[in-house]
Amino acid sequence: MNNGIKLRIIKNSIFKILVILVSFILVIPLFLIFFYIFKMGISSINIDFLINLPKPVGETGGGVSNAIIGTFMLIILSSIVSVPLGIAAGVFLSENRSSKLAGITSSCIEIIQGVPSIVIGIIAYVWVVKPMGSFTALSGSIALAIIMLPVIVKSTEETLILIPHSLKEAALSLGVPYYKVIIRVILPSGLSGILTGILLSLARISGETAPLLFTAFGNPFMNLNLLKPVNSLPLLIFNYAASPYPEWHSIAWGASFVLIALVLVLNLTAKGIARKWKVQF
Amino acid sequence: MISDRIFRYFLYCSAIIVVLLLVSIFITLLNDSMLSIRHFGIGFVTSKEWDPVKNDLGSFPFLIGTLLTSFLALAITMPFSLGIAIFLGEFYREGFVSTFLKTVIELLAGVPSVIYGFWGLFILVPIIREFQVKFHVTPYGVGIFTSSVILAIMIIPYSASIIREVITLVPNDIKEAAYSLGATQYEVIRYIVIPNSLSGIFAGFLLSLGRALGETMAVTMVIGNSNFIPTSIFSPANTMASVIANEFTEATTDLYLSSLIQIALILFIVTMIINMIGKFVIRKLGYSDKSKKKMK
Amino acid sequence: MESTVLEVKNFSAFYDRVAAVRNISMDFYTNRITAIMGPSGCGKSTFIRSINRMHELTPNAGVSGEILLDKVNIYSMSPILVRRKIGMVFQRPNPFPTMSIYENVTSGYRLNGIKLSKHERDSIVEDSLRKASLWDEVKDYLHRKGTFLSGGQQQRLCIARALAVKPEILLLDEPTSALDPKATNSIEKLIVELKQTVTVIIVTHNIAQAARVSDYTAFLFLGELIEYGLTDKMFTTPKDKRTEEYLTGKFG
Ligand SMILES: Nc1ncnc2c1ncn2[C@@H]1O[C@H](COP(=O)(O)OP(=O)(O)O)[C@@H](O)[C@H]1O
Ligand SMILES: [Mg+2]
Repeated sequence: MNNGIKLRIIKNSIFKILVILVSFILVIPLFLIFFYIFKMGISSINIDFLINLPKPVGETGGGVSNAIIGTFMLIILSSIVSVPLGIAAGVFLSENRSSKLAGITSSCIEIIQGVPSIVIGIIAYVWVVKPMGSFTALSGSIALAIIMLPVIVKSTEETLILIPHSLKEAALSLGVPYYKVIIRVILPSGLSGILTGILLSLARISGETAPLLFTAFGNPFMNLNLLKPVNSLPLLIFNYAASPYPEWHSIAWGASFVLIALVLVLNLTAKGIARKWKVQF
Repeated sequence: MISDRIFRYFLYCSAIIVVLLLVSIFITLLNDSMLSIRHFGIGFVTSKEWDPVKNDLGSFPFLIGTLLTSFLALAITMPFSLGIAIFLGEFYREGFVSTFLKTVIELLAGVPSVIYGFWGLFILVPIIREFQVKFHVTPYGVGIFTSSVILAIMIIPYSASIIREVITLVPNDIKEAAYSLGATQYEVIRYIVIPNSLSGIFAGFLLSLGRALGETMAVTMVIGNSNFIPTSIFSPANTMASVIANEFTEATTDLYLSSLIQIALILFIVTMIINMIGKFVIRKLGYSDKSKKKMK
Repeated sequence: MESTVLEVKNFSAFYDRVAAVRNISMDFYTNRITAIMGPSGCGKSTFIRSINRMHELTPNAGVSGEILLDKVNIYSMSPILVRRKIGMVFQRPNPFPTMSIYENVTSGYRLNGIKLSKHERDSIVEDSLRKASLWDEVKDYLHRKGTFLSGGQQQRLCIARALAVKPEILLLDEPTSALDPKATNSIEKLIVELKQTVTVIIVTHNIAQAARVSDYTAFLFLGELIEYGLTDKMFTTPKDKRTEEYLTGKFG
């Protein structure tokens, strides 16, 4: 009997050690990824890298300013489409929870969220690139807007659901019209949650490549025209990584560093907002 | 009040737009695949030949490539995500180590897929090539196995967090009952926690599979882009997503383009079904007596 | 003459170094029912959970002093063994939801990695369910889930599950507080019968229940043992003023 217990206790310890080992193996790839991006990236990064344009093959130096500007242009454009629409749909869902349309809409949101991003790229191609006859920044933004939409809708809905009903009733009982109650009372109370959602969705789309391959397409030059192809950091990394030139590889490492930094900053800001501004009910 | 009416109408429209968006995505894919569907019929998914020049377009190799990479990735993921879920859900729910591991997971989840691909191509591929030389496998470096490893790293954070949540839903009182009968923590996990969260664990893996199937960039960069049926797990191949990424801008004929869109349509439908099942199971988990397991 | 099965000596239990149970010394007697009563939050659960070392599963929990089971300090034994010798039934019925009634009863063996023959299992199931007065009600549904039973039946199933591993002592932490009066009545009857087989320690904040079922009663207040003795005596002539106040409903 006692022997059996010893054996079981040993088994228990072995299991625990195994679980700990298996869990911490995950640290290895993380370390390797960040280590290499830091090591390879930091050496190519300087002020010139951030403000210069890429140089043709053979010339050293050159930067990624067009990709940085392009990335910002794409995510700002997508936000213009998705943020208002997403918040409105989120408000609708939280305000009409039991309606049939709300049920259908939230199912659609979940499905859209699961659509592979490359498929969204094809959609934007068919809807925008094909009729306009050329790759454009606009089409890339449409693709990214579709990708970020579900994140915004869901975070808005989830935030607003937590706001107590009494708050709305109190405002309505003062004779404030419904739209003002939503805009002046409900949305501001849920601001931190909604903002967190927006930032997280931005973090997500700033790293997206697949939907841009045949929409924004990439561009070696600086472009601020919505109706022309535009470069972005992920596109540049993909194109340069696939090239045979070592100079381009080091630019891709540098761009990876910038991209990771951007994604991290967006994620951390989102976290910070969620924690600091959390409204207690 | 008129402004209230307009406002409500605006909210209503936004919801309608979301629904229309999904419907139009589906119709667009279907409409633009029609050419290929009509031309190839069922042969599109059974034919092994993908030769755009001869307009012989069979997507079977990509179906195989996708299934192999995804399921291999899922298999690699399983022990790790289960381990992490148990670590965070049972052993260390709070405290320094758990915060550390959670941070690691969040960081991994935040890395863009193109960076995984780039890193895989320049760091992982040479390592795997060396192993292949050692074990006398054709040293491509790139291929299904490499893609699966990268995919696994990418989906572990996702499946681990779902499973962790599911595990923490197991009511404390039945765990206490097991402890009070003299079970060790291992026995509680094995006989109580896992059986009680089985359907949730299944859903977690299913949702991860859905992610793996549609993941594009990382796979495209390390799979070796071969349009033939893979002969081993170390062969170069193409997945449905990677063949689209590679060939879409080169697709010169309407039929070629339509075939690629049909691949996207298949991908869309498969991932949609998988996600719907997974989310349905997760939502169903009110817990207590859910898992309908046979008793004998 | 009573024989002692469990001796508690200068025992204290802590959460984050704050004592929830303070310096308790008392003996529990073989095949007797001892009730532990006191107002809510006075440390009854903490104390009873210390007796089978469940207390230490709470993070930052601590103990001092000794609890001797058959003269051996349980804090020098393996907690696994202690818990098998001292079974427990909880406030809310908690049958294992993935297991059938049959499997619930034998789960103590399965969880302890003990293999039994089909014959042994069958007889343990029948024996335990009979002891828990549940056999007649469930004998035709042994392979259905335990969660389909009524609350009172579920609690008796939990008692059967605890009895199946043949413990020396059975701890019950307010076993009827989640049940309706009828179910409570049947559980109380069962508890009285149980003392043929095991020593019973039952926590209750229901004074009448303590009077109905127990041989001995301990009154706990703010983590301290105020009074302990034969139930009849304590209820008729309490020695301490606080006990008297509690029994007459002045507080708690
Ligand atoms: N997990 C815990 N952490 C900290 N304090 C606790 C915990 N559980 C109980 N306590 C405290 O210990 C005291 C005794 O609680 P308990 O033993 O549950 O009382 P009872 O069962 O008599 O109602 C209470 O003051 C309670 O607040
Ligand atoms: Mg209690």
